[in-house]
Amino acid sequence: MNVVPLSPVDLSLAALLVVLLALMSRSLKLGIAATLLIAASRATVQLLLLGLVLRTLFDGLHPAWMILMSIIMLGVAGYEVLARQQHRFRGTWGFGMGTLSMFVSSFSIALIALTTMIQVEPWYTPQYLIPLLGMLLGNTMNGIAISLDRLTHGVATQYREIEAQLALGHRWHHAITTLRRDSLRSGLIPIINAMTTAGIVSLPGMMTGQILGGSPPMEAAKYQILILFLIAAGSGFGSVTAVWLASRRLFDDRERLRLDRIGINP
Amino acid sequence: MSTLLTLTGFTYHHFGPIDLQLGAGGSTGLHGESGAGKSLLLRAIADLDEHGGKLTLDNQDCSDVPPNQWRQHIAYFASESFWWADTVGEHFTASNAHDLNTLGFDNDVLNWRVHRLSSGERQRLALLRGLQTQPQVLLLDEPSANLDSVNRDRVEKLVATYLNSHGATALWVSHDRDQLARCCQQTRQLHQGRFIT
Repeated sequence: MNVVPLSPVDLSLAALLVVLLALMSRSLKLGIAATLLIAASRATVQLLLLGLVLRTLFDGLHPAWMILMSIIMLGVAGYEVLARQQHRFRGTWGFGMGTLSMFVSSFSIALIALTTMIQVEPWYTPQYLIPLLGMLLGNTMNGIAISLDRLTHGVATQYREIEAQLALGHRWHHAITTLRRDSLRSGLIPIINAMTTAGIVSLPGMMTGQILGGSPPMEAAKYQILILFLIAAGSGFGSVTAVWLASRRLFDDRERLRLDRIGINP
Repeated sequence: MSTLLTLTGFTYHHFGPIDLQLGAGGSTGLHGESGAGKSLLLRAIADLDEHGGKLTLDNQDCSDVPPNQWRQHIAYFASESFWWADTVGEHFTASNAHDLNTLGFDNDVLNWRVHRLSSGERQRLALLRGLQTQPQVLLLDEPSANLDSVNRDRVEKLVATYLNSHGATALWVSHDRDQLARCCQQTRQLHQGRFIT
């Protein structure tokens, strides 16, 4: 069975719904009508481009292209993590911390999955690598962005309590323990919720796609389980890495709280 | 009077350079108009802010002492105290019941919730909280600003007793010149980050 092809008219009808939503949000003065339309246009252009790129990738199988594609995905995800922070780390750290954490978690987990679980030959087969990496990066990005935002926001509001502990001779990691835990917890909640309702309330995107594409439902279910586990591990380890790097960076070598590094002058 | 804390050509923020020596067993008063750099000076001595020049405790340079140990030896008492846990007791490792009584609390205070404390109670408890590590230098920023005269006397007495029994020293910031005259052997005036007396 093949997928029923979608015509431009079908897509335009769906787009009409988004335009209606934009009109409504403008009459409600939500102030996000423009943002909504830009996001919708971005999604359209980006996904069509991805379709084109993947078609080329699937034809010729040179691993260098896969690496280039992965690096672009990682870079954009790193930028997106930074853009979602209210208090951003200054300098290269701002971009570097989220990107490094995603690299460490998403890339290694994708590699492990491709070589030991899915065991596709060769491991860089684009039909597997790109979608897997995309799903991992997308979700890890969310987890890391939420954790980091929670951490920096917490420091910005509770710096006096943290400094009180430093002044009493507590170590920096002691003074930030509670905030660190809260941030990691917030970063993990989305994937925990996703796993809790998977299959009952929500039918996850990947499984839906496979079923629409004609895969046996049982195979689709197994792939979805695998992906959920990988995402949980990816966002968990990624958030731990990011929060560790960020909280260390909030203090200097004399264990002073350095709010100036996230652009705050107390 | 042996010297405990020495500042030589000490700079902090855009202030200084200043020289200062604090000897064991006594207090040095510090006054000056708002914005003269008094609180920032205390923060810098506690190594909570960056500083330049030379800063030594017992002839040991600040940079040679691990930062958390430095702050245990040199306790900074901010003019407003902050508490990170729910109950008072969670901020204390050893309950020094005697000191609690000296400042007019009974032992039950450790079970009190922090957000129900009055500003005066917070200030007195913050003093006890900071004395737990038995610091050699107390940096006191308006330690009795929110207190009535009874409790102000209690605080002054507690600090004097502590300094004597521990051979410690205090740098005492206050707008109350009478208090500085009562509690301190010498007084310095800070103006735009420099001593003018």
